[in-house]
Amino acid sequence: MLRTDALAAIYPDIEDKIVVTIMGAVAAELYMLGHKEHFFYLEHAMGLASSMGLGIALALPEQKVVVLDGDGSLLMNLGTLSTMARYKPGNLLHLVFDNESLLSVGGFPTATSTGTDLAGVARASGVPSVMEVRTLEQLKEGVRHALAGETLTTIVAKVEAIGPKSFHMDLGLLENRFQFKRALERLQQKKD
Amino acid sequence: MPVSVTNSRLIYDALKSCDIKIISALPETWLVHLIRMADEDPDVTLVRLAKEEEGIGISAGAHLAGVNSALLMQNHGFLAAINPIVSLALLYKIPLLMLISYRGHFGEKDPWQTQGGLATEPILRALNIPIWHLTTPADVQRRIKDAQTLAHASLHPVAVLLSRELMWED
Repeated sequence: MLRTDALAAIYPDIEDKIVVTIMGAVAAELYMLGHKEHFFYLEHAMGLASSMGLGIALALPEQKVVVLDGDGSLLMNLGTLSTMARYKPGNLLHLVFDNESLLSVGGFPTATSTGTDLAGVARASGVPSVMEVRTLEQLKEGVRHALAGETLTTIVAKVEAIGPKSFHMDLGLLENRFQFKRALERLQQKKD
Repeated sequence: MPVSVTNSRLIYDALKSCDIKIISALPETWLVHLIRMADEDPDVTLVRLAKEEEGIGISAGAHLAGVNSALLMQNHGFLAAINPIVSLALLYKIPLLMLISYRGHFGEKDPWQTQGGLATEPILRALNIPIWHLTTPADVQRRIKDAQTLAHASLHPVAVLLSRELMWED
């Protein structure tokens, strides 16, 4: 499964949700599918996208929050799984694209290439719903199920280590940051 | 454990008057009462972290979601969170209200705290993070509010150093 195909497959299900992505290929590929003001691309601070997603999910329990994570990023902050599992926000979907490599910085293999099982780590950390998916159909089904329900879910999607030709995004970091905050304000006003 | 309950209460009340809804923390001796108060407060979500750097992400998320938060950390926890402070909070102009117990400074008996004590202020200054030494109970309410006000106006982290004379009763 290519990550870009995976993102395209789930885009209709996540485009109206609050999304926080990691940097690099995931950010660029989501951006190319169609930017939304309630998408935040964390272009640095590797590992912290899931912590940001947890902060948003706890702050806005009425909103669905989707974190797009990667194996390299998650391995830098494995404790996040135990913290998410501790608070179990049912409005949070944690989707990890596992390409077994640090693709955006030269493609060096990560520890998932030598046997570390992120779904297993998530399960053992206490995340109540965990699945590992290898096909677009499984992924779509898993994402729909998680977004329809009220259970904190981690989905580990095994994907190929192939990224976009260009990582260019015509969106400044601070432009994204201020736009995103406004968009969350508007989403919240709609709910109130 | 001679951690001041009275002054912990003053600090907690000051956080409440700042409309803080999310507090992230890792246990440390001087913070025990503050963490308990947050845990017992039904209007506050206490997020017990595995490592302090997660707290920077949680506070960033909370801020972008329009909710006030604070971080309770030891100075070694601050040291553990440097990269996210730089590459999330400073990079993205995220206000942080960091209450940092200032271990390893004058009066410290534990040798293992002393290197962190020596490094704390130079590193805060190197990051251009404003510092307030909270030493007097009468100052607590005013200075914590001031710290939050500055953090929000400057969209920048602000550090309130919780001192030995405030937190510890020998």
